[in-house]
Amino acid sequence: MISNDFIALLPLIVMASASVGVMLGIAASRSHGFTASLALFSIYLAILSLVIAYSEVPRQVTPLIVIDKFAILYMALILLSGAAVIILSFGYLSKHYVACEEYYLLLLLAMLGSMVLVCSSHFASFFLGLELLSISLYALIAYPKSRIKHIEAGMKYLVLAAVSSAFLLFGMALIYADSGAMTLSVIASKASHDARYTLPFIAGLTLMIVGIGFKLALVPFHMWTPDVYEGAPAPVAAFIATVSKGAVFAILLRYFTQTDFLKSDSLFLVFAFITFVSMIAGNILALFQNNIKRVLAYSSIAHMGYLLVAFLSGGAFSAQVVTFYLVTYFVTTFGAFGVITLLSDNERDADDIDDYRGMSSRRPFLAAVFTAMLFSLAGIPLTAGFIGKFYLITAGASSGLWVLVVTLALSSVIGLFYYLRIIFSLYARPVPEQPSPMRGISLAGGMLLAVLLMLLLWIGVYPAPLMDGIRLMIGVGG
Amino acid sequence: MTLILLIAIPLIGGILSWLSARIHPRAPFWISLTALSADLVLAISIWTNRLPTLISDRLQGQWIIDFRHAWIPQLGIGIHLALDGLSLILVTLTAFIGIVAVVSSWSEIRERIGFFHVNLMFIIAGILGVFLSLDLFLFYFFWELMLVPMYFLISIWGHENRVYASMKFFIFTQAGGLLMLVSILGLYFTHGRSTGIYTFDYLQLLGTALSTQEGLWLMAGFAVAFAVKLPAVPFHPWLADAHTEAPTAGSIILAGLLLKTGAYGFLRFVLPLFPEASSIIALPAMIVGTVSILYGAALAFAQTDFKRMIAYTSVSRMGFVLLGIFAMNELALQGAVMQIVAHGISTGMLFFIAGALQERIHTRDMSIMGGMWSTAPRMGAVALIFAAASLGLPGMGNFVGEFLVLLGSWQANAVTTVIAGTGLIGATAYAVWMMHTTFFSVAKSEWKFPDFSVREMAVAAVMIAAIVATGLYPQPVLDASADSMHRLQKIIQGAQYPADRADQKAASAVTEGNR
Repeated sequence: MISNDFIALLPLIVMASASVGVMLGIAASRSHGFTASLALFSIYLAILSLVIAYSEVPRQVTPLIVIDKFAILYMALILLSGAAVIILSFGYLSKHYVACEEYYLLLLLAMLGSMVLVCSSHFASFFLGLELLSISLYALIAYPKSRIKHIEAGMKYLVLAAVSSAFLLFGMALIYADSGAMTLSVIASKASHDARYTLPFIAGLTLMIVGIGFKLALVPFHMWTPDVYEGAPAPVAAFIATVSKGAVFAILLRYFTQTDFLKSDSLFLVFAFITFVSMIAGNILALFQNNIKRVLAYSSIAHMGYLLVAFLSGGAFSAQVVTFYLVTYFVTTFGAFGVITLLSDNERDADDIDDYRGMSSRRPFLAAVFTAMLFSLAGIPLTAGFIGKFYLITAGASSGLWVLVVTLALSSVIGLFYYLRIIFSLYARPVPEQPSPMRGISLAGGMLLAVLLMLLLWIGVYPAPLMDGIRLMIGVGG
Repeated sequence: MTLILLIAIPLIGGILSWLSARIHPRAPFWISLTALSADLVLAISIWTNRLPTLISDRLQGQWIIDFRHAWIPQLGIGIHLALDGLSLILVTLTAFIGIVAVVSSWSEIRERIGFFHVNLMFIIAGILGVFLSLDLFLFYFFWELMLVPMYFLISIWGHENRVYASMKFFIFTQAGGLLMLVSILGLYFTHGRSTGIYTFDYLQLLGTALSTQEGLWLMAGFAVAFAVKLPAVPFHPWLADAHTEAPTAGSIILAGLLLKTGAYGFLRFVLPLFPEASSIIALPAMIVGTVSILYGAALAFAQTDFKRMIAYTSVSRMGFVLLGIFAMNELALQGAVMQIVAHGISTGMLFFIAGALQERIHTRDMSIMGGMWSTAPRMGAVALIFAAASLGLPGMGNFVGEFLVLLGSWQANAVTTVIAGTGLIGATAYAVWMMHTTFFSVAKSEWKFPDFSVREMAVAAVMIAAIVATGLYPQPVLDASADSMHRLQKIIQGAQYPADRADQKAASAVTEGNR
């Protein structure tokens, strides 16, 4: 290892030492404000280190880690999302918990895990990153120990994520036994040719798809999603919806779009089926929910399906489209969960649809933000989601995936039902006898939402700069 | 720049009126009214300045004003707005009907006035955008933009069944819109593959070489979206609910303007982009138009709800537009444009009357009305005039439109024309029935409510002037659209004749082979 390697690794090193630093800081003095600002500060440092590391791209550091433009882009996305989660969590936690400093430590570790994930080029680093992410998440979901619901969700996630990790690991072992390779790019190129499949390889690949399907919450591996979303504290749910899924998607993108795996008919069919049922089932199941977090959970399943449509179109263009959509989805999801977080009190999260009844007259700002976010999820013009969905359909159409594209279009019409239902209740007449706690929302949270709203509209009206930026980072040759 | 201004004025006016609601509850009303009047003045100034030169010299190019600016160059999307005679007519109509809608809201809307006006103005901006965009992406953008504020308008200020109606409206139109999006992208890629230029620009996509199969499929996406808006018969169920439950201003905009975007879509996009496929479906489409005319009239006759009845007359009247468009000759196309204008005015006013009536007697149920003429003679007279317009009485704009459509479609297909012509009888039946059960016949209760106020009479006077003017002297409208329709017909002929020639060749080849 030479010094250039260390420069390339700087973001990971910064995050790792930040975790240790935060831990030591907590040991020295328990102060919520101090810990949160330390965590934010280390994210700030990590973003700076990304700029430094950018000078070294692309660089393969040991067989395990590759730092290229793609990785830098996704690490930046993860870090910014992490910052948003910390800002949201601070207000959320300070309402009712004492001794909540370790939360930030766990969050930093989860972020480190997802950063390793997006840089990984080898089974070992892939699994390491994934486990670091998942194990931190078990604790994060169950963090508010006082409420039984969170612990239940944490347990569920623990069991299912552990099982899916086991699937993944077993799949890796089978593939290794068959091909003797642990490098992801080698395996992805092997997977793109049906003719070279052997039985252990197929078995290994299938098990890995199951494992990844669990992490991305694709149908039929989606059962945990609504329960975990509902049970997790709202900021953590936002983290699961964005960072943890985005990082896994990044891996898929990096290795499968490069190797043109569309050539493998059987693999393509498997993914096409998953895409199809995810879009349909996600949207239909969301119809029957009265809990906003569950609605968002099912809608996230559908959105992952939409993403796969672009993913299946293959090539560098599809990587750009998926990344663009992920950015818009991150913005939107943080906006939606941000509103839920800010409205939650120390009794429970504000996740029932009745909590939102007539909100437009009580809290016009939050109602406006929530409306914009829901419209973005539904893909209505002037919002980022519209451009994102348009871009997805473009990608699908460019490869002639007409069945999937039309399914996307029609299933998102189903999606309108439940988004409109929430929006309608926002603008309905408020229930008169309802106790309306008029707590002020935290200033930082309000500002975060304002920034997200502005981003949403900016991407929705003038997406050209963002598209250019993504194209620059994920050009030909990654 | 004028075109940007046309769209920007309602947008800015809408936001200003939203903000001004805090200052004074009447402020939003006046700001919206001012903004739309400015738009109308702008539109009229285009008529007076640019149109005479266009008519005198037809070779100057199709567009009176053409504006281009880059937007998302990566995907070949630009801000391309342009205005020809057809757009000009519809833009003017939009500003005009928009003003009527604003005025109608004066006493009806009492809560969240600012938010109401911002929605109203955004719908109008969206409609103007639809009539002006020549970039398919931009067009889709505005097409979708109209929906959300309309949804709010119905779901917040609507009547009893507003949730259901607004949801139905949104889902029908959104489903149509998404299918259109798929078609737009299909066209984009077909064009890109054959020429190497990936663009959403209408003028470049015009004349894309499509196989018959491709053309039919791509056209289907567009046609469904426009048929939902129009509405043509199997796609009409949203209409009656949306019109009935919407507040008066919403109904006026729906019937007066939103339906016209569907007709405009057929004229601007379906026929020119897919001339061959359009010729293939011309006869089925004319049959659908005829069915809409008769079925709409029959349904209208069966209603007891005043607004619902007017809504179904729209289905019937817009059937003429569809018939005219797919007769595909200049006469019928001109008639369709005329019918669009006249129907916008007459139905807009009928909804205005319906709204005024509901505000006064708090019901739309025609079975408990009757004998109101003596209480409200002014209202009754206005209603009578517009009932007559709606049934196509000579001297009103609707007569000119329907007459031209029938004249033109007779040349295309005599049988459907004859059947469609009986729709005029149906129209007479429901219009007379409507007047009879509401203003004439025996009074079922002692009506005591104020007659039309000065504000309402002012609207009525302007609307009567407009409908009579288009009826007695339709020439300006016909002149304005003549050039656009002439070009449109040439495109269609261009597509029809090569096909005919190919058929002849094939036929002669067969005969030669037989020899």
